[in-house]
Amino acid sequence: MTTTTAPAAGAVAPRQHAPVRRPSLLRLTAVELRKLVDTRAGRWLLITIGLIAAVVVTLQLIYANDADQTFSNFFVPSLLPVGVLLPVLGILSITSEWSQRTALTTYALVPRRERVVTAKLVAVMVAALGSVLASLALAAVGTLVASATGGAGNWQLDGSLIVNAVILQVTSVLMGAAFGLLLLNPPLAIVGYFLLPTVWGVLGEMVRPLRGPSEWLDTSKTMEPLFSSDALTGEQWGRIVVSLLVWMVLPLAAGLFRTLRREVS
Amino acid sequence: MITVENLTKRYGPHPAVDDVSFQCEPGTVTGFLGPNGAGKSTTMRMICGLTAPTAGHATVSGRPYRELPNPGREVGVLLDASAQHAGRTGREALTLSAYTMGLDRREVAAKLDLVGLNAVAAKRRVRAYSLGMRQRLGLAHALLGDPRVLILDEPANGLDPEGIFWMRGLLRDFADRGGTVLLSSHLLREVEAVADRLVVIGGGRIVAQGNKDELLAGGGTLVRARDGAALRRALDAAGLTAADSTDGLLVQADAEAVGQAAANAGVALAELRPADGGGLEQLFLTLTAGESTKEAVR
Repeated sequence: MTTTTAPAAGAVAPRQHAPVRRPSLLRLTAVELRKLVDTRAGRWLLITIGLIAAVVVTLQLIYANDADQTFSNFFVPSLLPVGVLLPVLGILSITSEWSQRTALTTYALVPRRERVVTAKLVAVMVAALGSVLASLALAAVGTLVASATGGAGNWQLDGSLIVNAVILQVTSVLMGAAFGLLLLNPPLAIVGYFLLPTVWGVLGEMVRPLRGPSEWLDTSKTMEPLFSSDALTGEQWGRIVVSLLVWMVLPLAAGLFRTLRREVS
Repeated sequence: MITVENLTKRYGPHPAVDDVSFQCEPGTVTGFLGPNGAGKSTTMRMICGLTAPTAGHATVSGRPYRELPNPGREVGVLLDASAQHAGRTGREALTLSAYTMGLDRREVAAKLDLVGLNAVAAKRRVRAYSLGMRQRLGLAHALLGDPRVLILDEPANGLDPEGIFWMRGLLRDFADRGGTVLLSSHLLREVEAVADRLVVIGGGRIVAQGNKDELLAGGGTLVRARDGAALRRALDAAGLTAADSTDGLLVQADAEAVGQAAANAGVALAELRPADGGGLEQLFLTLTAGESTKEAVR
């Protein structure tokens, strides 16, 4: 047949180009960060996380005693609701590739899947760090408003509190991502992430022989000391590490194994 | 250049792809034909490293796909036009890939323009795209990195006739400039117009492959004259065997020999052309018929 209709022929000519390099991990991470915000759903999840932190600060401005309106008292309570939503971000970052079937494109462009997964993990960790910064900024606004309206407006903040907050938020987003990697399905991973630790917590309360292990395995218990500015004891650190091994490292490893081998279709 | 050697994929005891081997040379368009479920997509996914083969292997430009440093710059892949995030705009979907491959932003606009997605369409979310628009976006995506090889799974699906005609021109042009194209279809007529070579697969096995002209010309030459008896005499005189068919006489010789024989005897021809598909079309119909029967039962 004649090919006179071929449009803009030059643009589709296969070119010989210079040896191509594989995309760097930095580039892949930037792509994954962009994927967190380039859909309406992703943007709203991030906005919601920010709004919730703002609401928590506002509520304290209204209801907390003047003497308690300090920087650390604005900062710490905003960590918990944000820490609940961050895992969802981690889960969706991983699972939406499969639910939206973009894995077909992503893994065709980057066949070394472990590099994509690494980039995703780094991206959600960056988002978690960003959330801590947002919490700090909102706490600062709250403190300013408090000092203008007769609250304590005390700016004192222990460095350890920030470190603890970072550990808290980064591990929660990674736990979410680990569940996403393991289950590769958004509803399943979200339900699994919230249900399993709760079930475990309830069992730990009800079944006496489980009470001992639950002190070491229930993340809501082991992570609790991170909300205070007191230095953690060796045993408290031990419990955090053990619970994270079970709820973060194990699903992360199993999930990576599964993701690397899974057929993309 | 695509080389497929003894590719096999089993799901349980059932082989979806069974010992498939073929080659796609630079400068050619290879039509990968077979009814739905014959193993075309599985084979293509194995070539692209998305599905691990049970046995055998495939290379693209001489290397296994997974070992290509930046595959998008070497191979343009369109396996499923619907596999795009519904919440992203067409432009954003391309931008993400362009950035992954390390391409200039301008490539995105250039390729959107090339496939005929205008600025309005590019700003819309993929959710709102018709299948035809998704195919065009997928094609833009495949062409984004200026690859030398294209692997396209049913790219004509959902395109209107004008779109199909346009795409043929694009692929023909790509191959004529030294590119390698592998495109699949479940319609013989769809790839016939653009392919140089055909690979026909049924039930996971290759049932025919070769040059399109050879495969399609298997049926000989069809010739017709108002004076059928004179034509037959002319052919007999030239030593050509002719068989009756519904459209005229079917001769096992090329058109030149038949035309010469008629001219020597002074017979005016009404029609002279290669007989349609013959064996291949019959084979393809058998494959497809078997499948549609299965679907009807299901």
